[in-house]
Amino acid sequence: MLKIENLHAEVGGAEILKGLSLEIGAGEIHAVMGPNGAGKSTLAYVLGGRDGYEVTQGSATYRAKDLLSIDPHERAAAGLFLGFQYPVEIPGVSNIQFLRAAVNAQRIARGDDELSAGDFLKLAREQAAALKMDAEMLKRAVNVGFSGGEKKRNEMVQMGIIDPTLAILDETDSGLDIDALRTVGEGVNTIMRKPDKGVLLITHYQRLLETVEPDYVHVLADGRIVKTGGPELAVTLEEEGYEAIAEAA
Amino acid sequence: MSALASLPTRRDEAWRYADLGALEGVWPDIAGQREEIVVADGENAARQLILEAGDPNVAVKTYAVRVAKDARFALHCLAIDADYGRISVEVELAEGAHFELGGAILGGGEQTLEIVTNVQHVAPGGTSNQVVRSVLAGKATGSFLGKIGVARGAQQTDANQSVKAMLLDRTATANAKPELEIFADDVKCAHGATVGELDRGALFYMASRGIPPKQAKQLMLRAFIADAFVSVADDAAREELENKALIALERLS
Repeated sequence: MLKIENLHAEVGGAEILKGLSLEIGAGEIHAVMGPNGAGKSTLAYVLGGRDGYEVTQGSATYRAKDLLSIDPHERAAAGLFLGFQYPVEIPGVSNIQFLRAAVNAQRIARGDDELSAGDFLKLAREQAAALKMDAEMLKRAVNVGFSGGEKKRNEMVQMGIIDPTLAILDETDSGLDIDALRTVGEGVNTIMRKPDKGVLLITHYQRLLETVEPDYVHVLADGRIVKTGGPELAVTLEEEGYEAIAEAA
Repeated sequence: MSALASLPTRRDEAWRYADLGALEGVWPDIAGQREEIVVADGENAARQLILEAGDPNVAVKTYAVRVAKDARFALHCLAIDADYGRISVEVELAEGAHFELGGAILGGGEQTLEIVTNVQHVAPGGTSNQVVRSVLAGKATGSFLGKIGVARGAQQTDANQSVKAMLLDRTATANAKPELEIFADDVKCAHGATVGELDRGALFYMASRGIPPKQAKQLMLRAFIADAFVSVADDAAREELENKALIALERLS
């Protein structure tokens, strides 16, 4: 469903991605691991379409569509979800207001009818409950005054409500305690572990992968995938460190 | 203060950001037009103003308000429709009196819009709270000039000003000029002013959830100006101000 070929990208004139290739099939969960500065977040932002992340070469095709040629909100409407490492605070805009606008904008873009206020609220409450988030938090301004863990949990609630086909999760596990980590991991499984969906899980640590078992693990170093393996690769990485693996590759 | 007989100049502090060229066409007609309001002891009065210009497209509205002992006056205003628009308020607060201002300046093109206040706390225990939000696009200029005076003996005065401006284009201008003149020693006077741009990170976050850029801007701007109208007591009046503001915001973004 997602095919990335020879992707080169620059940030502020510096080349960060240097010929990255990766393919995610339907029903697959891929983990991308790698040291700081390898280009993990850049990969997420490039796929999400953030300003300032300039693709200089290569392609990313999502369900036969040129992903890089469409705007960020169109990518979302096409089924792409970007989970942020640092979810953004939006003062004065409530979670409910924000998510309802998001869901309905996507539905309009796909030619579906908008959800009524009542139906939307029901959906939002269900997803909050599934991820053990207090429904009261839906009324609060987006991420304002949320703890690090609450922000990440809120990302998962959003993913549950939006119900994307492809999720790119950028260090969704960082800053979580063990219980929150399990809740988030189970959330990813429940929402995304389906035959017609795909996940690109960017992480530093093997821990999340105990709950969300990836089908493939890739090591990203210096802007390229240097090694690909099964779930066991994550364990090896944890034991031996990135450097040994990157050098051997 | 008497109405000015001759056209103001840049040297007049209260007119330094005004569009004097536009003013020339309507001067001195508007100079004498002031609405005098007296709020009697313990009374409560409120006004809402949506500044509307005719032909020529210049609108100047001036209030002179005396708020008597333990009385309360609230003004909520919207400066949107004018090439040059000015809302000016002079307030005198007696003992225990309160003045509330909520204002929004929403301008684009070459508009010059301003809110000018002069709040005089002349007796003890008076309070004032002024909240102004500006959203400016194109080559518009939006200004807030807020003078607060605390007379000798007007102890326990509590005066607040919160002024925030959002520039949608780098070519727009926002002025915020607080001015405090305090002759009492047991008072609280706070003022804050910021000028900023829409948070790009938040815009991208919203886009990543599927919200188109224009709608994302609207949501953020709406939240930004909401502070100016939270204190409107009458629901219908608040709604009218907010609806007019939304239409103006849509035009700007």
